[in-house]
Amino acid sequence: MLDAAAEGRHALLVAATGAGKTLAGFLPSLNDLIVPPSDGLHTLYISPLKALATDVRRNLLIPIAEMDLPIRVEARTGDTPSDRKARQRVKPPHILLTTPESLSLLLSHEDSAYMFATLKRVIVDEVHAFANGKRGDLLSLSLARLQTLAPKLQRVALSATVADPDDYRAWLAPYGDMDQVRLVEGETAAEPDLTILLPEGRVPWAGHSGHHAIPQLIDEIGRNKITLIFCNTRFLAEFIFQKLWDANEPKFPIGIHHGSLSVEARRKVEGAMAEGKLRALVCTASLDLGVDWGNVDCVIQMGAPKGSSRLLQRIGRSNHRMDEPSKAILVPGNRFEYLEAQAAFDAVTEGVRDGETFRPGSYDVLAQHVMGIACAGPFDESELLAEVQSALPYSGIDAATFARVIAFIATGGYALKAYDRFKKLVKDPDGRWRLSHPQFAAQHRFNAGIIVDAPMLEIRFRNGRKLGKVEEAFAATLSPGNCFTFAGMALEVESIKDLDLIVRAATKPATNIPSYMGARLPLTTHLAERVRQMLTDRPGWARFPDEVREWLEMQAYRSQIPKAGQLLVETFPHDKRHYMVAYPFEGWNAHQSLGMLITRRMESRGLMPMGFVASDYALGVWSLKPIADPRPLFSADILADEFVDWVESSYLLKRAFREVAVISGLVERQHPGKRKTGRQVTFSTDLIYDVLRKYEPDHLLLEAAWADARTRLTDVGRLGDLLGRAADTMLHVDLERVSPLAVPLLVMIGRESVAQGSVDDALLMEAESLAGVAMTP
Amino acid sequence: MTHDFQFGGETFEVAGEAALYWRAQDALLVSDLHLEKASAFALYGQMLPPYDSVSTLQDIAALCSKYSPAKIISLGDNFHDDDGECRLAEDAAALLVDLTRATEWIWITGNHDRAVSGIWGGEALDELTLSGITLRHEALKGDLNPEISGHFHPKFRQVLRGRMVKRRCFVKTPRKMIMPAFGALTGGLDVQDAAILNACDLTHGEIAEALVATQSGYARFALNKTGTFAK
Repeated sequence: MLDAAAEGRHALLVAATGAGKTLAGFLPSLNDLIVPPSDGLHTLYISPLKALATDVRRNLLIPIAEMDLPIRVEARTGDTPSDRKARQRVKPPHILLTTPESLSLLLSHEDSAYMFATLKRVIVDEVHAFANGKRGDLLSLSLARLQTLAPKLQRVALSATVADPDDYRAWLAPYGDMDQVRLVEGETAAEPDLTILLPEGRVPWAGHSGHHAIPQLIDEIGRNKITLIFCNTRFLAEFIFQKLWDANEPKFPIGIHHGSLSVEARRKVEGAMAEGKLRALVCTASLDLGVDWGNVDCVIQMGAPKGSSRLLQRIGRSNHRMDEPSKAILVPGNRFEYLEAQAAFDAVTEGVRDGETFRPGSYDVLAQHVMGIACAGPFDESELLAEVQSALPYSGIDAATFARVIAFIATGGYALKAYDRFKKLVKDPDGRWRLSHPQFAAQHRFNAGIIVDAPMLEIRFRNGRKLGKVEEAFAATLSPGNCFTFAGMALEVESIKDLDLIVRAATKPATNIPSYMGARLPLTTHLAERVRQMLTDRPGWARFPDEVREWLEMQAYRSQIPKAGQLLVETFPHDKRHYMVAYPFEGWNAHQSLGMLITRRMESRGLMPMGFVASDYALGVWSLKPIADPRPLFSADILADEFVDWVESSYLLKRAFREVAVISGLVERQHPGKRKTGRQVTFSTDLIYDVLRKYEPDHLLLEAAWADARTRLTDVGRLGDLLGRAADTMLHVDLERVSPLAVPLLVMIGRESVAQGSVDDALLMEAESLAGVAMTP
Repeated sequence: MTHDFQFGGETFEVAGEAALYWRAQDALLVSDLHLEKASAFALYGQMLPPYDSVSTLQDIAALCSKYSPAKIISLGDNFHDDDGECRLAEDAAALLVDLTRATEWIWITGNHDRAVSGIWGGEALDELTLSGITLRHEALKGDLNPEISGHFHPKFRQVLRGRMVKRRCFVKTPRKMIMPAFGALTGGLDVQDAAILNACDLTHGEIAEALVATQSGYARFALNKTGTFAK
């Protein structure tokens, strides 16, 4: 790192967790600052987590105090008091620790040019965790800005091991020129000690939870000092926690941690962990990153890991001594998940990570950034465009698109020039854009940010104590007297008031657990490919447990095992219905989308579809009439003909639109204590979406929402690839009865809600007749 | 399935999602148009799509070509704010002028609602009684005569088969009818909200129900007493 700094080059430091890379990142800065430092900001540290910024400050202060250096280190996050924030802008510390959002806000102040003029280095921590998302877009724009304010600025990024470090070198470099970024590789950690846990050698047919292994988990907790138990969803975390608690005869102190718990509840659990008061913690992706607890010695993954990079990250949460292996246990929930766990096991053993996809930067983030720049002072359109283009995600933005973004900020960017009188940005006589009124700067700083929560209700006791949040859709299923489990407690609903769900301790057992939308982790293409290969590699089956091997052998005997590159589709009658099961292994999102499209197409062809069910591995459809030839159902034109129609009317695009509407500043964000509630925000953006789609379908924000829906929500790319090859690669097998491979999917029917004919009208009429409101007026 | 229902001794038809057609009076009833809501937000820097008035008025025009009503009665909150009437853009204003010329257009304003000057046509009234049914903006407590009002923007939301269904709805009791908001950008208030039940001003034994329009008619849900919806 010191070499890179001496050369004046940018640098990417790649090292395993626990290798001390954060401190290594600071070494050159401390080296500079040992000579009596001049005033002014020297180094900026950016972390994706507030808690990490605070933790790093503590860790930095120790060596600084030991060496008795006159270096000032301060953190600045959303939690920093406003008087300290104001002072930081006038008299900045030598080292400032912050988040991408807080940095973006700093850059929106008029004095940012003064504050950052002295900046020598910027350190981006955990860059692998967010570079290719919207927060990465925002930070890349901020880095471009900083480079303008301090042209000699050195950029440094710290990353866990990634599949292709060049992706991140390019992301970090000005103009994507990765040769400007020196790659520094840290030591690699010892190979993890990884096992797949099979309770009495059994692998269940269905389920994701792995709860059959609860007795072994209790034993494992007893064997280790501190065990982290990762679950893939918040729902599953609550479920496993409850099961563990029921079986916890040794009375181990066990905690639960997930993203919907209140901040207070999370701090409390984190505190208990830090003090070593817990023996086990059930958690979700909320702990994939974060403050390190050195004393964790075992990591358990419940259900399939969904990706090898994620699994490695989670394994890295245990045992921070580099020379000793981290201990990790995989608990697959069903037979397909066993295959996936085995695939992840192989990938980790071979040290192969999932590839990351980098997509072009989104327009809503660009709009937020440009508005922030305008708040800092007047700007020249072509100069700012050149700066924006130096950020890799926005290198493809042309002058015309940039003009649309500016028009969007100024007047909404509508074809109908209705708002020219209300312009937010106006052009000065010298051709520079500036804010028309300072109030818009305050409005911007109030609403800026990248995270947009789904509409949530706050769960609290009557005395005001907050427990966390549930989604509106779940809350709508509750009435006073209903019980549900949350934060490991059984709660009874007292009342629902506006956006508060008032609860008390339940006196009867709770059967409900809240679920959260979009909580499903996508199966990476890398793991999916490995699972497909494992199926075709028949000699390799020998290492599988008997049950799994017999299952596959029976499949080969009764139906077929697809060869490499083949898409297996089975049709068979069962229980007076006709089933079709396809095995694309493209992940739940893609299968879910495909299921909706195929049932639509079946409807129009008179096949009378009745429902479908999707997993990460397969898609099953059932109908009243048999499907003689599945090929026409899988043709690629389904994407052109039905897909656009379906996505536009689905909630997917409305959700994406809501997010871009908030991030771009079109609508104001919900704030605690303000009358505008999350519910109203969703509602009004749905209406705005409908009006915009009808009258200006080419609007910038609809384009941005589409881009989001494409990359994140529907895995359209995977769907397109799948359909593109389906015609040539389909292996159709017509069977007399259900195949072994189809069983894990079919047993899901009835457990998953299958909204067939999911037209609101039909649901309303059905609900009315169920309700039996047969009153005559 | 039918779109018709009886109220106050008269027959009404659910027209589209949020309007009523009163056959005996040959009148189309709409409420809470909130015209120029988008431009009201644009004044404060939120540049919402400037198409809400056109959208709302086109929807009314579509109902007009279906029912050819002699009267159109708008039950208040006609414009989103006082200046909305003056901000109406050319195309929306032309559409409104066409409608107010082709029909007898009545703007109900009520005591607390914004005034309508009628620069685009139509007659403004505090309230109006036709065939014994009073049309006013906000339900009046203690009035025992049949009444149709707006103001609350009732909206039905319920999770049905794991799917959240949200739709504007009417509220109907033996004496009171509350219309949903018709405007393109008007949000809604949960029909179960205490404010709405309170406005129903129920006496003992009376039942309030939500009427949710569908393609083939409407679905009914009890808001108190029996039914899945009662809480």
